[in-house]
Formats: sequence, structure tokens, C-alpha cells
Amino acid sequence: MIKKESIEVAQNMLLVPAGIAEGDLQGVLSQIMCHAVDNADLYFQLSHFESWSLEDGIVKEGVHSIDQGVGVRAISGEKTGFAYSDEIVLPALTQAASAARAIARSGQQGIVKSWASQTGHDLYVPLDPLATLEDKDKIELLERVDTEARRMDPRVKQVMVSIAGSKDIVLIAASDGTLAADIRPLVRLNVSVIAEHNGRREQGVSGGGGRVSYQFFLDDDRGLSYAREAVRQALINLEAVNAPAGTMKVVLGPGWPGVLLHEAIGHGLEGDFNRKGTSAFSGRIGEQVGSELCTVVDDGTLVNRRGSLNVDDEGVPTQCTVLIENGVLKGYMQDKLSARLMGMSPTGNGRRESYAHLPMPRMTNTYMLAGQSDPDEIIASVDHGLYAVNFGGGQVDITSGKFVFSASEAYLIDKGKITRPVRGATLIGNGPDVLTRVTMVGNDLQLDTGVGTCGKEGQSVPVGVGQPTLLVDGLTVGGTST
Amino acid sequence: MAETAVARKATLNQAMLEAMIGDIVAEARRLGASASEAAISIESGLCVTVRMGAVETIEHNRDKGLGVTVYFGQRKGTASTSDFTPDAIKEAVRAACSIARYTAEDDCAGLAKAELMAASIPDLDLYHPWRLDAEAAISLAEECEAQARATDQRISNSEGATVASHEGHRAYGNSHGFIGAYATTRHSMSCAVIARDDGGMQRDYWYSVARDRHELETPAGIGRRAAQRTVKRLGARRLATQQSPVIFAAEIAGSLLSNFIRAISGGNLYRHASFLEGQLGKQVFPDFVHIYEQPHLKKALGSAPFDNEGVATYAHDLVRNGVIESYVMDSYAARKLGMGSTGNSGGIHNLLIDTGKLDLAGLLKQMDKGLLITELMGMGVNIVTGDYSRGAAGYWVEHGEIVYPVEEITIAGNLRDMFMHIREIGNDVDLRGNIRTGSIWVDAITIAGT
Repeated sequence: MIKKESIEVAQNMLLVPAGIAEGDLQGVLSQIMCHAVDNADLYFQLSHFESWSLEDGIVKEGVHSIDQGVGVRAISGEKTGFAYSDEIVLPALTQAASAARAIARSGQQGIVKSWASQTGHDLYVPLDPLATLEDKDKIELLERVDTEARRMDPRVKQVMVSIAGSKDIVLIAASDGTLAADIRPLVRLNVSVIAEHNGRREQGVSGGGGRVSYQFFLDDDRGLSYAREAVRQALINLEAVNAPAGTMKVVLGPGWPGVLLHEAIGHGLEGDFNRKGTSAFSGRIGEQVGSELCTVVDDGTLVNRRGSLNVDDEGVPTQCTVLIENGVLKGYMQDKLSARLMGMSPTGNGRRESYAHLPMPRMTNTYMLAGQSDPDEIIASVDHGLYAVNFGGGQVDITSGKFVFSASEAYLIDKGKITRPVRGATLIGNGPDVLTRVTMVGNDLQLDTGVGTCGKEGQSVPVGVGQPTLLVDGLTVGGTST
Repeated sequence: MAETAVARKATLNQAMLEAMIGDIVAEARRLGASASEAAISIESGLCVTVRMGAVETIEHNRDKGLGVTVYFGQRKGTASTSDFTPDAIKEAVRAACSIARYTAEDDCAGLAKAELMAASIPDLDLYHPWRLDAEAAISLAEECEAQARATDQRISNSEGATVASHEGHRAYGNSHGFIGAYATTRHSMSCAVIARDDGGMQRDYWYSVARDRHELETPAGIGRRAAQRTVKRLGARRLATQQSPVIFAAEIAGSLLSNFIRAISGGNLYRHASFLEGQLGKQVFPDFVHIYEQPHLKKALGSAPFDNEGVATYAHDLVRNGVIESYVMDSYAARKLGMGSTGNSGGIHNLLIDTGKLDLAGLLKQMDKGLLITELMGMGVNIVTGDYSRGAAGYWVEHGEIVYPVEEITIAGNLRDMFMHIREIGNDVDLRGNIRTGSIWVDAITIAGT
């Protein structure tokens, strides 16, 4: 299905029921543009969401929600006026437009360009995940995952499984001629277990998903594999001893440990921070910020991935943006506003949580390219250190550059061998120099399984991360054992 | 005159919401539900940001939502919508009923007990609307940021100053016949600036928040404090890995108490996912620790006349003489645990802790040597085990005085030990949230650094 059909579907779902025609959109945009406004855009959204949760062996809860609305934005220089309505009808649209355009005084009339057809991508099937399984089959899937987790080991005491799906239809119309639409499915399945032995209790979590149908969890028994993985983690944690405290060599496993990149450099390379000069990476394009082994990209064009989009929320097609190449800082992630103010091109990273939130530069799928080393050799090269393969989340102060991410499964490395599992510890580092200490990069690039959510200024968006196994020669481990 | 008009508008809104709740409960009954409950909220307001002396963003907010839960015996279904047209509401009720066809019989499911419903709805003085237009908001934000930038010449950049004002109307009702509604307001002003020296850049902020705008700190005061806090972070160093006493500054000490609340929350307890399971009646803090909930404090940020199930909220002790006196439960968790709801569906409402006689300077003197923490990073708290490991920034203290700022370190331990090793709670109580505490001095923690 190509872009034009998406636009038609979106118009039918969002505009036609309210009797709003393309001409009306032009009218509203003109109304905004007559106020010395440089750019104006309208973001229509219709969102269906459901989730089902199982606990104590039974599906206790099911939730369904519908949300729709339109966000109206007027930009004048560096100033943004924003209003929104959860009623997609012309009067509400006009009222929101009046509120938004007050950002600028009356002045020169701006021009609304005629629509230019967008050539976005076809990264996912525009289906409704909620309809891809009968409700009774969703329940049965949860029950089978539950059974699988419990049968693995008698020490498993508590199992929680949840499945969620959503379908978002968005339509973007802007004064610069952008007319774009996207139909976005998203699903995820999560398993959390608690295992108990000799009075000690520990947790294990796993899950996955993407912009696919619920069938994804049935294929290759993927759902059951999450159950096994969650149990495996919980059992390992039952054996964990205190983690070491201090700065040491840390080997990070492939896949989700790519949270390292998201926190250490990802946020710091978002365009808004850099145009304002508030990021520790501001003004550093062309400088060495990592070892030569490090090439990191933000790629919104990966098929079926949770972090991918056909077009961003400003109607700009996503792309693969090189952030760091062989250690040299190459580029930032931009939305239209930051790109314009920095004299650069938009990179398809303008995202927003919903029509009721303002777009800003956000990540999509952020990962490091594969290197040459054998992962086993990477571990064998470490005399004393930590091997961390699973994490919770992280956080960063983009001004000081300090970032953290919390290990949920980690092991001591002693004389090149993995020895004991250790309790989860938070790792802390400094974004602008941590990648300069990456001394080995593995050949085993993996992306995460599709569970990432990024928060920035109160807005959550789905993202992906990834990396190969890599060695950081000096990261601080927040354990208790000195 | 203006006051009365405003009060009347609030009452009209409430009457409308209550009528909607009544309709939803009736519709659920019509579709065969044995019980149902619905909640509605409407929020509107303005948020303005000024940066480097010029307006950056003017945002008009208006959000509304409606949620309905239906019960068919012990089977439950939930649906929500932001569309308040009659058809959309009927559709939400229908969707909830449809879900309940598939969920399992859960013997703990159901509304809270009828006799616990709030019999009267006290006026907690939470509604103080502010006729704030964009011009006035911009002016306040400009003044705030200008003061911040003028406070110290090392302030090199700014993220801006933000002024926000919102009002909310919420209603809840269920098939016991309970319907309650109330209005709230929330106003805030914040400022974040950046300072630079040879070592790099540092960022900090300050904010004020209140239900009544007259209780906000002055724009100049907020700007000045944001700048002072930022400049104080310049020249930050790391620390050597070591064991050390720490003081959690009042503005972040509340996080220790919210970790405690998570560990005594019904949901984590019945799931065997709390390190404090089975500790009711046991001592987990030193003798002098008294932690209690006061849901009816007038104008307070966490106050509520009833919880999310309509259960009347009431003041009660959670910890007395260091002993856990009560868990924090909604009716579902309470049934799972064989206990009664504590009026905490949706969380706690104004958590307080008795303080000692010392202010922060006094605590630093008593501690003599150790770490004062003013910022925590990451979510490294495991409520199942109590394991605690978070990034931190703050100040190193020697001879009772701050000697230099500290960054890029972690603090780690186990909450069980940290709670028992609380030495003192300062009287520098931070009133800007749902948890009111002074700085908390904890005996020993592992600092990881160089």
C-alpha cells in the first residue's frame, strides 16, 4: 500500500465523519498564516487501544480505549503557539487555530502551499492488531504463556502476563505543503515472574513486540519463549551475590543493553538541545566522541520495528541518520523547527506522544553497527570486570552529560571467565567520553525485542535500541561490595 | 461577585459530571451488569515558557476522559473514551460489557464495600482558579528568568522559565448509588538555567507549586534560587568508592518514602513482590519514626475527600514508633490480603513524617563527614528485594560543611537496612508535593566512584 491510499483511509476515518474536506484544512491553515506565522500544521489522530492481563492463572482484566483529536500548531520564528481539541469538528478546529496563532501579532500574511504528495515508507502492514485474534484466542495465548512459565520450575511462584495492542491513524496537513498520513499498528506481550527459594524471592521479566499483528506471538512460539526467558532470569537472580562497587571494565551484551547508547549519546544528540546549546554535545560536530570502532545510527526505517515510522509526526519520511561514524560526531536528530533554526535538514525525528502534545526531536531505533570481534574473545580479554546482559531503564542529564542505566542480569568476569551472577546494579558514566573507552566491538549486532519506551518532557514514545557485544574500559558499577 | 460566579461555574460543572455518571451506571445496568463504576475528569489550562527573554511556547490545554468498569458477577471489563457524546459513551459501556464476557471469575473483584463510601464530601479548599491570560503568564516567566540570568555571571544559558495554571473537575460514581465530585486547581512556576566553567556545563532548577496562586513563591525568588543551585554545581568532582553516611536533601528525600509506600502497597504485597511482606506489626524504622497520612489537609497538593473507589479517605498512621501499623490498599488488594480497604485506591493522599529539631545545616554538622545528595538518577530500586542502586549528584561534606560538589557516582544498599539506619529527619520540610519530609540522614551506604 502506498502513501496515497494511507491518506485516503486517514481522511475517511478522521475528516469525512465530521464533514471536513481538504479545502477546509487549507482554510484553517490560511487563517493561522495570516498572523505573521512562518509555519502551521494540523495533526489529526484516531487511536484504538486494548490490553488484557493475566495473574494467578486467570485473565482478570481487559481494558479498551478510544481517543481522537486534532492538534493545531503555529510557529513564528522560535515561538510556538499550540492548542488542541478532542472533537474533530470544524468549529473546534477553528477555535484551536485562533488560540494557536495568537503566538504572533497580526502582520504579514503567510502563504499556504498546495499539497505535495509524500513519499514515505511502507515499513509495516496498516492493519488493526486488535482484530487479528479473536478475544478468546488472546485469552488462550495468555493462559498458554502462564502455563509455560509455571511448568519450567517449581520455584516459580507468581506469573503475570499482559498483552496490549493499538492502532493509530494519523493525518498531517501543514502550510509548507505537507499532506501525509500513517496507519500504525503496535503490539507487545510482557511476562513477569517471581521465583522463590529458601525464603529468597527474585523477579525476572521478558517480552517483545512490534508493528505487527498478534500472530507475531504465536509464530515460532514466540510468546512461550518470553515465558522461558523471564523464568530463566528469575532463577539466575536467586543465585546472585552482591555486585561490586567501583569503576571497572564492563562487557555489555547485545541487544537491549543498547540502552547505553540511547542514554549516553542519544538524547544529547537531539536537535532541540543542540540548537539551544544546552547539550554536552553542542557545537561538537566533527569532533571525536568515541573510539574508531563506534558507528551509531538512528534509523526509523526498519521494517516492523516498534521504534519505526513511515513518516514522523510532522509528515517527514523517516531515514537512517548517522550520528557517530568511526567515533566522529556526524549529525543530530532534527524536527522541522530545530532543523530550520540550525540551517540543517529535517531528519524525520519529529515525534509527539499524541495530538495533545507538541512534537520535538525524538529517537526511533538507535543502535551501534556490528564490529569485528568475537563476543567470546571480548569476555576472555577481561581479567576482572562485569558482564551485563539485561537492563531495566536509564536516565540522562544532557547538560552535564552524566547518564545511568540499571542492570537486571549481570555476572562477574574473573580471569576471562564468567563466574557468579550479581544483583542488579546501576551503571553510571559520562556521555561525551564513554564511547572513547569502547575498546572492542563484537560482530553480533542485535536489536531489542520490542519493549522500549522513551520519556522526554512528560511525553512517551515507543523506541528501539540495539548494539553488538562491546567492551567499555571503565564504567562505574553501583554495587555494594567494596 | 467574581468569586460567586466562579464558584457557580464549578458547581455547574460538577452537576453535569454527576449527571453523566448517573447515566453511565444506568446504561450498564440496562446491559445486564450486576455492578458498575465510572470516573470522569476534565482539565483545562495554560502553559507558557519564556526562554532567553522571549516567549518560546504558549500551550492551551484541554483534556477530558471518561472511564467505566462493569462487573458481571465476578467478571470485570473496563473501557474509556475522550468523546463525551451520548453515542460514544454508550459504546464505551458496551465495550466494557463485551470484555467482561471473556475475563475470568475473580472472587476478589467488585466495588468497594457500600458502607465505606464517603457519606459526606468535605470541602478541602482545593479550587482557586486564576484568571491568567498568556500576556500575564509571559510577564511572570520573563521576570523569573531575568532574575535567574542576572543572579550570577556564570549563568551562561537557560532552558527557560515556565508558568502553568490548570483547573480540573473530577467525578466518580458507582452502582452503590455513590456519586461524588470536586474541583481542584494547580498553579506552578519553574526555571531551569545552565552555568559553565572550564570543567563543562551544569544545569539545575527550582520550582514552586500550589493550589492557590497566592501561595506561589515570587518569580524573582524562584529565578534566584534556580541560579544559585546551578552555580553551586560547578567544579563537580567524582568520589572514591567507599562506605559513607549520606543525607538525602529534603527535595529528593520523599523518594525514600515513596519507595516505602510501594513496598507496603496492597498490589505488591498480595503478589509477593515486596520485601516488606509479612512486616505488619514489625519494626522496620527506628523508634522515633512516625509516618502518617492526612488526606484532608486544606489546600494541600495530595488532598482528596474520597479515593478512586469512592471510599472515604481518613487520617491514619502508617508507621508509629518505627513499627508498620497499616498497609496501603484498595479494596481488591485488601480482599486478597483478607483485610479492609484503607481508602488508598489511586495512591496515598498527603504523606507526612515527624521531623527532628535540626535543620539541614544542623544535620550536616551532626553528620560531620559524608555525602549530601541533591539529585538521584535512574530507577534502580527493586521492591521485591529492597535492593537499591541509583545514580547520584550532590555535595561532599567535611567538618559539617559543604566542601565541593560531586557527580558521576552511585549510591547503593538495601532499603531494609537504609530504613533501620535512619539517624535523623530534618525540619526543613519540602511542602511542594504529596509527600512532606525534611532531609533524611542515613547511616551507611556504599558510594561507587573511582
